[in-house]
Amino acid sequence: MRDQRLWTWHVLAGLVILVLLGLHMGIMHLDTLLGWFNPPDMKPVAWGAVLQRARMGFFTVSYIVLLGAALFHGLYGLRNILFELAPGRGVKSALNVFLAAGGVGLFVFGAWAAWAAGVLARTL
Amino acid sequence: MLDNKGHPNRLGIWGWLGGGRWGFERYLYTLHRLTGLGLLCYFLLHIFVTSARAYGQDAWAASMGRVTGGLFTAGEFLVFAAFAFHAANGVRLALIELGIAIGKPIEPVYPYRTSVHEQRRLAIGVMVVAGLVLAAGGYNFFVHLTH
Repeated sequence: MRDQRLWTWHVLAGLVILVLLGLHMGIMHLDTLLGWFNPPDMKPVAWGAVLQRARMGFFTVSYIVLLGAALFHGLYGLRNILFELAPGRGVKSALNVFLAAGGVGLFVFGAWAAWAAGVLARTL
Repeated sequence: MLDNKGHPNRLGIWGWLGGGRWGFERYLYTLHRLTGLGLLCYFLLHIFVTSARAYGQDAWAASMGRVTGGLFTAGEFLVFAAFAFHAANGVRLALIELGIAIGKPIEPVYPYRTSVHEQRRLAIGVMVVAGLVLAAGGYNFFVHLTH
């Protein structure tokens, strides 16, 4: 039952990633075709373009949501692959703790970075 | 993921390499896993690299400076390709999980047709979409390389 619930979250997280990462890829890697949310004649990774996006609350929120969805989707997918190798019960428990703790730690750090960049961009 | 009921996974990761009688979709399965693992590795590094924007312009420039050059550009394109494939194939997997595009049950009359025959069209369709996204991304990378 727990695994079925986690699998449903895995699929739903995939849907969120499809939308938000699709937007992110469109902005960062299809900029010459789409030109979304980038100042004219500026690469998407230029500091001015980064600041412009960081000032928008939408991007702060979407980065944090994408971060959480991608961490869950990726780490749960990794867990499934590793569990298919039929490790012992102790190894499974250790993997669960390691992946959950690692995921939460990375989420806190990444969410802080997105929030702090937004605050910095609004002060400049 | 369901626990296996005492049946050991004898093939392990070597089982990813051979499609056997499962054919095309089995190779999509393997590629989905490989691209997923690749994207996860990139994503974990990406969190640290892009967090530099929180420390200001100099930190951002230094961080971006560490990931520039031909090798990183090629790697970035591979990441984009992995995204295009993984996203398109993920949509296929979600649709199949929801029972969409798998066909209706039919009488087992020779020559036998299975659900895979119905799913094949969806598999080809999503790969065409992935190819178009990849071509658009390739054009974008080319424009940046030449300007």
